[in-house]
Amino acid sequence: MLIRIFPELGHFALILAFAMAVLQAVVPLWGAATRRPLWMAFAQPMAWGQFTFLILSYLSLTASFALDDFSVAYVANNSNSLLPWYYKLSAVWGSHEGSVLLWVLILSGWSFAVSVFSRHLPRDMLARVLGVMGWISSGFLLFILLTSNPFERLLPDVPADGADLNPLLQDFGLIVHPPMLYMGYVGFSVVFAFAMAALLGGRLDSAWTRWARPWTNVAWAFLTVGIALGSWWAYYELGWGGWWFWDPVENASLLPWLAGTALIHSLAVTEKRGTFKNWTVLLAIFTFSLSLLGTFLVRSGVLTSVHAFANDPSRGTFILVLLGVTVGLSLAIFALRAPKVQSLAGFGWLSRDSLLLINNILLVVMTVTVLLGTIYPLLLDGLGLGKISVGPPYFNALFVPLTALLCLFMGLGPLARWKRMPGRELARRLAVSAIVAVVTAAVLPLFYGGSFSLGVTLGWLLALWLVLSLVRDVFDKTRHGRSDKARKGRTRLAGFRKLTLAYWGMVLGHLGLAVTIVGVAMVSHYNVERNVRLAPGGSVDVGGYQFAMTGLRERRGPNYTADTATIEVTRPGRSSFTMQPEKRFYVASGMPLSDVALRPGLFGDLYVALGEKLDNGDWSLRIQLKPFVRWLWLGALMMAAGGILAVIDRRYRRAPRRSAALQTHEPMPSRLVPPSPTEVTS
Amino acid sequence: MKRRLLLLIPLLLFAVLVVFLYRGLAKDPAARDSALLARDFPAFSLTTLGDPSRMLDRSLLEGQVTLVNVWGEWCPTCKQEMPQLLALADHGVRLVGVDYKDTRENGRRFLDEFGNPFEVSLFDPDGTLGFDLGVYGAPESFLVDADGVIRYHHTGYITPQDVDDVILPEVKKWQQ
Repeated sequence: MLIRIFPELGHFALILAFAMAVLQAVVPLWGAATRRPLWMAFAQPMAWGQFTFLILSYLSLTASFALDDFSVAYVANNSNSLLPWYYKLSAVWGSHEGSVLLWVLILSGWSFAVSVFSRHLPRDMLARVLGVMGWISSGFLLFILLTSNPFERLLPDVPADGADLNPLLQDFGLIVHPPMLYMGYVGFSVVFAFAMAALLGGRLDSAWTRWARPWTNVAWAFLTVGIALGSWWAYYELGWGGWWFWDPVENASLLPWLAGTALIHSLAVTEKRGTFKNWTVLLAIFTFSLSLLGTFLVRSGVLTSVHAFANDPSRGTFILVLLGVTVGLSLAIFALRAPKVQSLAGFGWLSRDSLLLINNILLVVMTVTVLLGTIYPLLLDGLGLGKISVGPPYFNALFVPLTALLCLFMGLGPLARWKRMPGRELARRLAVSAIVAVVTAAVLPLFYGGSFSLGVTLGWLLALWLVLSLVRDVFDKTRHGRSDKARKGRTRLAGFRKLTLAYWGMVLGHLGLAVTIVGVAMVSHYNVERNVRLAPGGSVDVGGYQFAMTGLRERRGPNYTADTATIEVTRPGRSSFTMQPEKRFYVASGMPLSDVALRPGLFGDLYVALGEKLDNGDWSLRIQLKPFVRWLWLGALMMAAGGILAVIDRRYRRAPRRSAALQTHEPMPSRLVPPSPTEVTS
Repeated sequence: MKRRLLLLIPLLLFAVLVVFLYRGLAKDPAARDSALLARDFPAFSLTTLGDPSRMLDRSLLEGQVTLVNVWGEWCPTCKQEMPQLLALADHGVRLVGVDYKDTRENGRRFLDEFGNPFEVSLFDPDGTLGFDLGVYGAPESFLVDADGVIRYHHTGYITPQDVDDVILPEVKKWQQ
C-alpha cells in the first residue's frame, strides 16, 4: 500500500530539507568571511536541494489529503471524504501545520529564484544573501519539526472519516488568498537578506539596493493582491458585507505592507541618489520583522482575533524566540556595521528627495499607529494598566488624516525634481489640478447622493488631486519629448515613447491608490443596509430596487444541504434579474453557513444574505447596497500591476553588465565558472 | 561614538517589544482576556431560541449581573459544561445563553436533553453576536454587570472547580 508511506516520505524529506537549510546557512557565510570560493558556491546547490525536498514533502502531504489518509492527524482534522477534490488540495494550508509548511516552501522557492536569477551578482554577495535566507529557513523548518509536524499519525485508532474543513474555508478565497499573502510576507525576506548581506560584507553602496529593488516590488505586489483577496473574501464569505475590520490578523498583513511601501520608495532614493542609506537598511529589516511579527501574532494566540489559529503555548514561545533572534541579531549587526559617515549628497527643503522623505516618515508613522493599536492590549496589560483594546474608531481617527496628508504629498512628489525644486514652479504646474480637484470634489457628492458628506468629499478630493497631478506630469513629460528635432505633430508620441515602464508603473500604482480611496469613501458613506423578513411571494423596496422572493427550494451539495431562495430584483426602467442566496448546513461539522448572493457592478454591488427561517414560514434577509465597493480591490490590483510593471522595466534586464563593473570593488581570488555571455536575468 | 549609540535605538525598542510579547505569551492562553473587557456588551437584536417572533436586545442584560454563555449543539464540550451551568443557576446566578451557529431544532433538542439553566437563550445562527463578542469557539462565557458592561471573560469550558473558585466570586464582586 503506497498510500501508507506518504506521510513518512514527507517527514523524511522535511528533515533532509532542514539539513540542507542548515548547510546553506553556515557554509556560504563562512566561505564569504574567509573568501573561499568553493564554500561560497555551496549556497546554490543547497538552495536547490532544499527546494526540491520541500516540494516532495509538500506533495506528500497533498497526497495524504487527496487519498483521504485519515491516519494523519492533520488530515483527519481538516478534511473529509465528502470534501470536493479542489478543497482537499487547498485544505493542505487550511490550518496551522500545513500553512507553515507552505510558508517554508515559498521561502525556499524565493531562495531558489534568487539563486537562479542573480547569478550575475558578485559571488560573495550571492553567498551571503542565500546564507541569510538559509538561516531563516532553518529556523522555520526546526519550528515545524519540533512543534508543528503535519505528518503526525493517529495510530492505532484511525478515524473512519475526517472532521471536515471549516466551512468558511471551503471557498475559492481560501484557495488563492493564503498563498498570495505568504508570497508577499516571505518575499520580503529577500530584501532583508540583501540588506544583511550588504551589512555583513561592509558594502553599503547603492549597488545592493539596485539588486534588491525588483525582488521587493514583486513581493510587495503579491502582498497587495493577497490583502485585497483577503478583504474580498471577508466581504462575500463571512456574510456581513464588511471589507476591513481592523482585526489583529488583518493588521498583521497591513503592517508589512505599509513598511514595504515605504521601503520601495526609500530603495529608489538610495539607488538614484545614494542618500538615506542607513534608513533604507533599517526599513528592510523593519519590513521583514513585521512579517515575522505578523506570523507570531497570528499563531501564538497572544491576541484574540476572529481568525486566530488553534493555539499551543510551545509554538508561541518558539516563534517568539525565532523573532527575537532574527530581528535582534539583524538590528545588532545594523548598530555595529551601519556606516557612520553622513551621506554627502544634500537636497533642498523642497525636492523629490525631501518629499520622499516625508512620504517615508508618514508611512512609518502609519505603520507604528497600526502596530500600537494592534498590540495595545498587550502593552497595557503588561504595564498593569487595565484591559482595554482599541477598535475601528481609533484606527479610523488616525489613519484617515494620515492618509490624507500622504496623498497631499504624493500629488507633489512625481512632479518635483531631485535635489531642488523651486516652489513657485511646482505651484504653477499644480494650480489648475488643485482648483479642479477642490471644485469637483465639493460638487460631486451632491449629484450622487443628493446630500453633502465630508468623508466623500475628502475621498474624492484626494483621489482627484492624485489623478490630476499625475495627468499634469504625463502631459509635461511628453511635451518636452523631442521638441527640437521632430515636427510638431509627432512630438507628443515621441514623448510617450520616451517614458519608461518604471515610470508607468509609478503612475499606475498611484492611480490605484486613488481608485481605492474613492471606493473606501463611497462605500463607507453611501452604504445601505436593511434587515427584512420575507415570505415566498412577498417583496420589499430597498434603495430604489424591488426585491421579490419568488421561490424557495432545498438543494443538496457534495457535503452540505441548503435552502436556496430565488429573489427577483427589478428597478423601474431596467430589466430584472434573479439572485439566489443560500443557507447551507454542513453535514460533517454540523455548521450552518450563509452563502451570499452578489450582483457585482462597477458602480455598486447588490448584496443579499439569507438569514434564518422564522416560525411562520418567513425568512429573514439582509439586503445591502454597496456603492463603488469593487473599486477597493480594483485599485489594489492596479497598485500591484504598477509594482510588476516597474520590475519588467528594461533597465533591470540590462543590470548584469553594470553590476559586473561594480564587482571590481572586491577582488575575487578565482572564478569557478566562466561567465557566460548569454546569461540574462529576468 | 555618539552616532553609533543612536544606531542602537532600534535594537533597544525591539527589546522592549519582545518583553511585552513574552509577558503576553506567558499567561495561560485559556485565561486570555477578551478584547472587550470593561466595555459595553455589543448591541444585538436577536430572536430567542424558543420563540422566533420574540426579538431581544441589549436591554435584556441591564439591571442584573448576568452570565452570558455561548454554546451550540454541535459543540461536545458544551455538553460537559451543562452540569456546572445548572449548578450556577441553582446558586441564583442569572444565565443567558447564546445558541451559536446552530439550528433551532438542534438547539432545542440539546436543552431538552441536557437541561436548561438559561433564563432565555438568544438564537445566533449566523454568529453575528459571536463575531461582535470576538468568540472563536464554544463554549465561552461573559460576565456582564448590571450596567451591561463586560467584566469577566471565560474562554472554554467551566470546570466544577471554576464554579467555586472563579465564577461565583466574580459574580459576588460585581453584584456589590
